Amino acid sequence: MSLWEYANPKKFLTTSERVMPYVWAVSLTCLLVGVVWGFFFTPDDYKQGSTVKIIYLHVPAALMAINAWLMMLVASLIWLIRRHHVSALAARAAAPVGGVLTLIALVTGAIWGQPMWGTWWEWDPRLTSFLILFLFYLGYIALWEAIEDPDTAADLTSMLCLVGSVFALLSRYAVNFWNQGLHQGASVMRVGAITGSDTSEKVSNVFFYPLLTCIVGFVLLFVALVLYRTGTEIRARRIKALLARERIAS
Amino acid sequence: MIPDLGKYSDTVLSAYGATIVLLLALVLLSLWRGRRVRAEMQKLEERMRRNG
Repeated sequence: MSLWEYANPKKFLTTSERVMPYVWAVSLTCLLVGVVWGFFFTPDDYKQGSTVKIIYLHVPAALMAINAWLMMLVASLIWLIRRHHVSALAARAAAPVGGVLTLIALVTGAIWGQPMWGTWWEWDPRLTSFLILFLFYLGYIALWEAIEDPDTAADLTSMLCLVGSVFALLSRYAVNFWNQGLHQGASVMRVGAITGSDTSEKVSNVFFYPLLTCIVGFVLLFVALVLYRTGTEIRARRIKALLARERIAS
Repeated sequence: MIPDLGKYSDTVLSAYGATIVLLLALVLLSLWRGRRVRAEMQKLEERMRRNG
C-alpha cells in the first residue's frame, strides 16, 4: 500500500474517520494526565518558584507552533510537486491550529517572562522570530481567504509557506545563532544532554516526565485537529463542486 | 485543592486560563464548522439525488 493512496479524498476521509477517535482519546488523556501531574504533583523550582508550572503549556505549544509550520511546508511541497489537493487542504487546515499554538506560546511566554525577566516583552531573537512566525500564520490564513480560485490560492500560500519556513527554523534556532537576549537556550530536548557530551543545566526529571506527557498530548491534539479540519476542507471543496455542477445543469 | 502557588498564583493561573480559553475556542470552532459543512453537504447531495 502506498502513502499516495491517501491523496484520494475518499480514502483519506474513510481512514481518518477510523483513526480519529483513538487520536482524540489518547491526546485528551495525555493532556489531562500531564497537566494534572505537572500542576498538582510537582514541586516548585528553586529559582522560578511555582511559575515553573507554566512549562507544561508553554514548551509543548511552542514546539508544536514550529512543527505545525514544518508540517505545512511538507504538505505545500507535495502540492507544488505532485499537485495532490488533499495535501494543500491539509496545509490550509493546519494553519489556524499552528496560529493558535503560536499565540499560546507568545501569551504564556509573556506571562512567564514578567515575573522572571521583569518585562512582558523584549525584542530578543527568539521572541521576535516567534512573533514574525505568528504574523506569517495570519498572512497565510488571510491569503487562502483572499483568493477565490483554490488552485491559485494553494500555489501562492505554498510559496508563502516556503518563505515563512525560514522564520520557523529561526524561531527554533535563534538562541544558537545569536548568543544574546533573555530567552534561555534549549534545556528540555538536547542530544548532547542525552549522550552526556553536554553537561550544562537541563530540566530535572521531576518536571521532564509530566512535560513529556503534555508534549505527546499536544502533538496528538494537533494531529486530531488537522485530520478533522482537513475532512471539513475536503467536504467544503465538494460542496463548491456540487453547486457548480448544479448551476451548469440548471 | 489548588496547590499553594505563593506570590506567583496570579501568573500561573492566568497562563493556564489563557491556554484553556484559546484551546477550547479552537476545538469548539473546528467542531462547529465541521458539523455545519457536513450537514450542508448531506443536504446538497440529497437534493441532487432527488432532482436526478
